[in-house]
Amino acid sequence: MFVSMNWIRDFVDLEGEDIEKLIQRFTLSTAEVEGIQYKGSDIKEVVAGKIISCEDHPDSDHLHVLKVDAGDGIYDVVCGAPNARCGITTAFAKTGGSVGGMKIKSAKLRGVVSNGMCCSTKELGISDDHEGIMELDDDIACGTDIKTIFPIDDVIFEVDNKSLTNRPDLWGHYGIAREFAALTGHPLKELPVMENPYDGDAKVNVTIANKDLCFRYTSIRIENITKHVSPMQMQIRLYYCGSRAINLLADITNYIMLELGQPMHAFDGHFIDSIVVDTPKENINFTTLDGNSHEITPDTLMIYNNDTAVAIAGIMGGLDSEITADTDTLVLESANFDGVCVRKSASRLGLRTDASARYEKTLDPEMTLTAVKRFLKLLYDADPGIKCASEVTDVYVKHYPTITIPINKAFVDRYTGIDISADRIEATLSSLGFDVKRSGDEMNVTVPSYRATKDISMQADLVEEITRIYGYDNFEIKTTFEPLLPARKTARKINENNIKDALVRRFCLHEVHSRIWCDPDDLRDLGLSPEDNVRLLGSSEESETGILRTSLMQCLLPFVYKNRSFDDSFGIFEIGRCVRNTKADGTADERRNLGVLLYSKEESEKSLYMTAVDIINTVFSENKHLRVEYKKTQPEHAWQHPKNTTEFYAEGKMAGTLNTLHPAILKKIAKNCAIVCIEMDMDVFDAIGSCDLEFNEPSRFPAVDYDLSLVVPEGVRFDDMEQCWDRKDNPELSKVKVIDIYDSEDTKSITIRFSFVLDDRTLTGEEVQKRIDVILNKLEQKNVRLRS
Amino acid sequence: MKDRIKELKEKFSAQLGTVYDQKSLEELRLAFLSKKGHVSALMSELAKLPGDQKKEAGALINSFKQEISAHFDEKMEQIRKAEEERLINSAESYDESLPEERARGSYHPITLVQRELEDIFGSMGFDVEDYSEIVDDYHCFEALNIPPYHPARDMQDTYYLSTPNQLLKSHTSAAQNSIMHKYGPLLKEKGRPIRAVFPGRCFRNEDIDACHENTFFQMEGIMIDKNISISNLIYFMKTMLSEVFERDVTVRLRPGFFPFVEPGFELDIQCLICGGKGCSSCKDSGWLELCPCGMIHPNVLKYGGINSEEDPYEYTGFAFGLGLTRLAMMKYGVKDIRTFNEGDLNALSQFVSK
Repeated sequence: MFVSMNWIRDFVDLEGEDIEKLIQRFTLSTAEVEGIQYKGSDIKEVVAGKIISCEDHPDSDHLHVLKVDAGDGIYDVVCGAPNARCGITTAFAKTGGSVGGMKIKSAKLRGVVSNGMCCSTKELGISDDHEGIMELDDDIACGTDIKTIFPIDDVIFEVDNKSLTNRPDLWGHYGIAREFAALTGHPLKELPVMENPYDGDAKVNVTIANKDLCFRYTSIRIENITKHVSPMQMQIRLYYCGSRAINLLADITNYIMLELGQPMHAFDGHFIDSIVVDTPKENINFTTLDGNSHEITPDTLMIYNNDTAVAIAGIMGGLDSEITADTDTLVLESANFDGVCVRKSASRLGLRTDASARYEKTLDPEMTLTAVKRFLKLLYDADPGIKCASEVTDVYVKHYPTITIPINKAFVDRYTGIDISADRIEATLSSLGFDVKRSGDEMNVTVPSYRATKDISMQADLVEEITRIYGYDNFEIKTTFEPLLPARKTARKINENNIKDALVRRFCLHEVHSRIWCDPDDLRDLGLSPEDNVRLLGSSEESETGILRTSLMQCLLPFVYKNRSFDDSFGIFEIGRCVRNTKADGTADERRNLGVLLYSKEESEKSLYMTAVDIINTVFSENKHLRVEYKKTQPEHAWQHPKNTTEFYAEGKMAGTLNTLHPAILKKIAKNCAIVCIEMDMDVFDAIGSCDLEFNEPSRFPAVDYDLSLVVPEGVRFDDMEQCWDRKDNPELSKVKVIDIYDSEDTKSITIRFSFVLDDRTLTGEEVQKRIDVILNKLEQKNVRLRS
Repeated sequence: MKDRIKELKEKFSAQLGTVYDQKSLEELRLAFLSKKGHVSALMSELAKLPGDQKKEAGALINSFKQEISAHFDEKMEQIRKAEEERLINSAESYDESLPEERARGSYHPITLVQRELEDIFGSMGFDVEDYSEIVDDYHCFEALNIPPYHPARDMQDTYYLSTPNQLLKSHTSAAQNSIMHKYGPLLKEKGRPIRAVFPGRCFRNEDIDACHENTFFQMEGIMIDKNISISNLIYFMKTMLSEVFERDVTVRLRPGFFPFVEPGFELDIQCLICGGKGCSSCKDSGWLELCPCGMIHPNVLKYGGINSEEDPYEYTGFAFGLGLTRLAMMKYGVKDIRTFNEGDLNALSQFVSK
């Protein structure tokens, strides 16, 4: 919203104040100012000048050569305006002056020297009218500075509308002037209004049929309107504040909206007989005054003349009843409508207007009557011949309750943490229009109607009023004094950090984030489609943000695909949320998962797979001191390999799955590559207990190593062989290490190094051999034999 | 005997002169000093000498033996040194400027920023909490004093789910109520103030471009105790932000409206790039809008089980929100917000670690 300081000065005396500093304080105390413009600063040496002769340019079909009397002399001027003619007084920019950032210099125009320029209102920056040069009143003396005739000089600042959402009172200049009054300590002047001089008993027929959505409707009928152009001062203010002059009646309604924040609507009086405020029973078509047709639903509040719709309440009037340039009779609407209803209707119709933007902030219904009186005053000042033809008809069906809040200095001190005197509290609240009944440090504060519609209802709200005017920059700042108590990291946080550290620092993976949805296009590239799952309300099958992912792989696989030219080998991981359909109560089953994807064009799938196993083992041993058990399982998702999909367990709990990729999906990603996936449920991981670290004093005697090279038949896994050397039976077996694995087409062999150690001496060769023989015997039962 | 020794001496000197490596030196040593060597031969001859010459000849042989031993040692040291020098001189001087890049992992930039903040808050006694991404209407809106007709609750802005009464959380504030209920009993029974931060991922219905994302990270914090004041809030924010930016920052508060705080503020920091003079980063204002904050609204404290209906101001507190995604953009100069969620490793692999 644009605010004119000239307009503010109508209501508060700012003589001697530094305006720029004041606007800065407004930002810190009230609402954010986004920018300041200094209107008229680029207009120099522009005076009233009378055209005393006007001849056609000898070398042009539209230019004229003028002689202009500028008071201090007669100037030859070349001018192209169609309305340039002898006898009129216009705005004349002398050489050496400037207009709209352009310096005025003597120049030859098609061979004729021009000393100065006649200006349009657009050139002076006070309207967008560029039809012709200005025509001033005849009685203005030549040479009068244009800025003494019109208030061209002004400071305009723009307030961020978002910072006004909770302040319906700040949607007009008068409310903003109140803030300046409070900030400077100067009094706020009363708004000039006019009482209705009408003394008959005619009324405007007003019926509020829907009392939930219309709180108040105030109206008057005025006749004998003869003036149709608004005063220049009003036009300039409207233009500076982002509006534009249309005709006198429309301009006054707009002016009052910008001044009080109260939207008004003027109907052509010839079209209005009896006003009814109601919602339509069924869908209707309605053409607004901008010429657009709308379908109106039964939840939209409308204004009717008898049973014909004439306006969408709080949004826009209709085309048929619109006032025109020569309207002589009007029926005025100054009303208060339900803010939510107006907002929803405006959004439904795609018709957000200055009026609807104000109504949706929950306006003060007390304003409607003041606005009508202000309208009378402004119209009468412009057109003293008007005749009021009815009483001010005021139907007020829903009042907001009066709010009174008790507050005392001790409360304010405690909530602010600083010492603000009771006098200052009282003075601040009073200057903002609150009624304060005070006895010592105790106060009873009544909230003014314009702050009571939703803004202020409790003590904390009053503290804000006091402190923002006090100024947060003036606060003494203090730390708190509290008992010192430990705040340890949660296991959840520690695990997450440790896992990320291991993956990044040890396994050189890249952490990524992906969105929570499956993108059907991304999946289609890989020959996959989204799985049935919880989705967004109202989403379509094809939407990128429709179906939530059931697995992180639905996002990480497309990432690998997109990054396949990044490097020949890389790995990515994410700790993120997915949804495994719904729980028993029908709500979404949100899971926090770790997803890891390894990709390589250099390594074999087997070697990549073993890296993944190392990752899982590392994560469990470093965080839980636990061993992981693996069990092959049937694939759950289309991308998992039927033969190499494995669940991993610790303490009997299934924590996640490890798998290679289904060949059909793998070939879509890249030729001759290997991909391995790990997905682990972090909540399950957190819930698995951890073993205490067990310290074993190392023996001071050397270990005896014994290598066995074994031939392993097909189908025997390492964990099958491991059963042959149970550590419990072999306490002196300190370490078992795989030295070498050799696979040829017909045999699979493995070399294992067994280390034996005793605490008090070194084992003899015979003792070791005895133990090895036991192991070999057991291995033989599984058909594992020494390589010959 | 004297002559024999002299002869051998000359022979030794001549041969030693031709020795340049350890192997031939060892051969020479064996020729003279082994059991079958020249010195041993002299010793066996000594036995044949008459008694009175024995002593003198023995002394001569011994001194000869010592003399050549010393020569051997000296020569040995020369050869060892020469060999060492040869090794050093023949060594390659390596070129560490060769581009050698083995695989290196990377953290997501949000993780880096989040960890840094968690460390700062942890050091100030804050608990770090985590919260779900799917929440219900009550926690996301009602418990935060956001009225039913508030625009934030429109479907155009918030992602509602097909499941009953669930949505993707639109702000981290959705965790406030649960955290108050979790730590409230400790506050009331043990006097342990509630100090918690809760980073999290939030979702808003936006079309994605370089400046807009539908998925972003925030970090929210609350502090609740008996007498928490606006003065404490300003002190804390200034201290915390100075720590975050690792320099003394100047802050200012402006009124800002959020239904869950009263009073509510927009906190600006003086632009760190121009120091407040005005530049393109701060749009010439000298200030950067950084984080909304405020005193927790009495209704929110009531819904959180902190205060009773009868004494709505028994405990007071403040809350603040930080845009983690925005902080990460500021910190690393990331210009396109899509970088965070689109998994391009050319971008993400640069965040090696800290």
